[in-house]
Amino acid sequence: MRKVAIYGKGGIGKSTTTQNTVAGLAEMGRKIMVVGCDPKADSTRLLLGGLAQKSVLDTLREEGEDVELEDIRKPGYGNTWCVESGGPEPGVGCAGRGIITSINMLESLGAYEESEGLDYAFYDVLGDVVCGGFAMPIRDGKAEEIYIVCSGEMMAMYAANNICKGIMKFAQSGRVRLGGLICNSRNVDNEKEMIVELAKKIGTQMIYFVPRNNDVQRAEINRKTVIEWNPAVEQADEYRGLARAIDGNSNFVIPKPLEIEELEKLLMDFGLMQA
Amino acid sequence: MATAKKKIVQWEPTDIKAELLQRYPAKVARKRAKQIMINEAHGSAPPPEIVANVRTIPGIITMRGCTYAGCKGVIMGPTSDIVNLVHGPIGCSFYAWLTRRNQTSAGGDNHENFIPYALSTDMQDSDIIFGGEKKLAAAIQEAYDLFHPKAIAVFATCPVGLIGDDIHTVAKRMKDKLGDCNVFAFSCEGYKGVSQSAGHHIANNQVFTHVVGKSDRLKTDKYKINLLGEYNIGGDGFEIDRILKKCGITNIATFSGNSTYDQFASANQADLSCVMCHRSINYVADMLEVKYGIPWIKVNFIGAAATAKSLRKIAQYFGDPELTAQVEAVIAEEMPEVEAARLDVLPRTEGKKAMLFVGGSRAHHYQELFKEMGMKVLSAGYEFAHRDDYEGRQVLPNLKVDADSRNIEEIEVEPDPHLYKPRKSAEEMQALVAGGYEFKDYDGLNADMDQGTIIIDDLNQYEAEKLVELLKPDLFCAGIKEKFSIQKLGIPMKQLHSYDSGGPYAGFKGAVNFYREIDRLVNSRVWGLMKAPWQEHPELSATYVWE
Repeated sequence: MRKVAIYGKGGIGKSTTTQNTVAGLAEMGRKIMVVGCDPKADSTRLLLGGLAQKSVLDTLREEGEDVELEDIRKPGYGNTWCVESGGPEPGVGCAGRGIITSINMLESLGAYEESEGLDYAFYDVLGDVVCGGFAMPIRDGKAEEIYIVCSGEMMAMYAANNICKGIMKFAQSGRVRLGGLICNSRNVDNEKEMIVELAKKIGTQMIYFVPRNNDVQRAEINRKTVIEWNPAVEQADEYRGLARAIDGNSNFVIPKPLEIEELEKLLMDFGLMQA
Repeated sequence: MATAKKKIVQWEPTDIKAELLQRYPAKVARKRAKQIMINEAHGSAPPPEIVANVRTIPGIITMRGCTYAGCKGVIMGPTSDIVNLVHGPIGCSFYAWLTRRNQTSAGGDNHENFIPYALSTDMQDSDIIFGGEKKLAAAIQEAYDLFHPKAIAVFATCPVGLIGDDIHTVAKRMKDKLGDCNVFAFSCEGYKGVSQSAGHHIANNQVFTHVVGKSDRLKTDKYKINLLGEYNIGGDGFEIDRILKKCGITNIATFSGNSTYDQFASANQADLSCVMCHRSINYVADMLEVKYGIPWIKVNFIGAAATAKSLRKIAQYFGDPELTAQVEAVIAEEMPEVEAARLDVLPRTEGKKAMLFVGGSRAHHYQELFKEMGMKVLSAGYEFAHRDDYEGRQVLPNLKVDADSRNIEEIEVEPDPHLYKPRKSAEEMQALVAGGYEFKDYDGLNADMDQGTIIIDDLNQYEAEKLVELLKPDLFCAGIKEKFSIQKLGIPMKQLHSYDSGGPYAGFKGAVNFYREIDRLVNSRVWGLMKAPWQEHPELSATYVWE
């Protein structure tokens, strides 16, 4: 089983990209479990056709210790398993601690056992790695490959670089490696070239360039992944391409994050090229 | 043994200091060197400075406690009719349940005493994740429904601070909801500050803000004082109250031994604040003066002579011949018994050597009792004191406020528009001062210790054992954490936090108790039996019969 975690700046499209890619992998016949690690619990909406999932933490709170695997995972599109970690409402408690508890719960319930026949476990993690809890999926050898979703916008690249710092820390003591950057295009000037260059500097690859296409939003409105909503559209092929790239990826590295000056220079060089 | 004893005589204080530091890594030694001081506070030269109230170096087994211990355990623990509710996992509450020997009078039938209870929100994993505010509100409601107390105090433990539960808002909301119960909270997470001293500060600030001045019951007694920084360990406060009552002095409020909500609430009506433990509460004395006009003096009821001196100082403040006569009569009546006990033990205790490492004032106060017994204090220090407790209040303006101190709230007070009332006219105050009367005065520990003695701040396990090994005292005084490691070195050990199971040691009767206890400890022959026979004598030798 390959254990994959998707990180990236808040709002960059991690959940959308993850679910569309998972749909592509499912279409290829892979068996996948998606674990949403976001208190908002919206990481499996497109696969499930709506926010139908009861989160691990809500279940734990209501049922106490008496929780069954079937209470917390739901079958989604393409025979996927969908799990939402859940967490507190904004401004109270400790969401990081929630992620830790819920992943431990999944493990102790045997969700990752070989008998489950999983090819992939995907962790879709909230925004930046703000505290130890959100680093849980890359600690203790849980996720072994990381993909960072970014775009050519400064703050997205800054966040990607920052996440690399976290990966570097855990990679030195464990098996976690960076598999590449996924560019989720925002139509920034020279975006593709810039991300290719950033990836090179960090020591990795841009594994795929996902062009901006409003079909993604159309599918979302219908609570579906693009592949399920309309398998024939161009964007569906893009996600199939990303799925294939991940499925065939063998480029796993310990990232070398950039100094902030270096990052600024990169942005300047590519930003000025156009002008 | 004889040679070893001879060697002690040759130890110079500087050698001892060097020996204590010798095993430390260079950086640790440099830091500790500033907290180990050879007392030379004599002559015209400025006395040497000591570093105090700074972080303990990680890895050192310190004698200190945490901020929660200082707030919940020390200050609020002894208050009988305020329900103490600990917001946190159960251990913080359980281990603070009746573990300090602060005694409380059961009072009359209507007197509420919640000290035997341990109330906690018992936070679980899910409370950490989803926040504990709702559970706290429910716990406050439950405590109120059970006891209908005058007040409920809420204490934050470490995880509450980490997840950011807003305990003050919950307390305010519940206070408004309940109507006849004052609810207030303490942000006394254990990790705040460098020692329990921060917890004392947090506790006192909240009591001053939420309770003092809230009573409208008028106190009409003639000589009204507050006793600040007396925690009634082993019944010390009972003995002091007995003496004060006999003298005709009314103790409005003790902070906080055997105290009640109403005592705190009417503290603003006293005419003089008497400070016992300078460390834990001098700022409250200052605030009482600024806000309500109550002057304060330093007193000490540990030691018979010190007790007599303190009583005379209180009488002199009120300046009433009737009170002065009564105080003198009480001293004359109490002293013969004390003196008889003292003379009884003196031949056996004279010349014995003690070490005291305790508290923020006890290591100073108890030297009075040892002096009365003819005992010598070789070395002493505090766990959680600040520089002014060592060097005296004159260093206060020059104290550096570091980031750790800034982390603890300082409250600014101004004269209360309704309740401020100068107790004496400016001329009366001036006349007292001109006559040598000292308000707000504390010279600290150093001034009362002999030249060449060693004063150590925040002593630790290693240094304690090393000191005992080098100086071989006849008695070591500290707390429970040191108790058994010191005894294993063959030295009698007296706990001056909990008094073991003894006390009271304050006042006149307390002095008698202390003389007898120390005589018993330093003259016990049990310490000579520490070694098993086979450790003293070489093993038996024998030969096999066939040889």
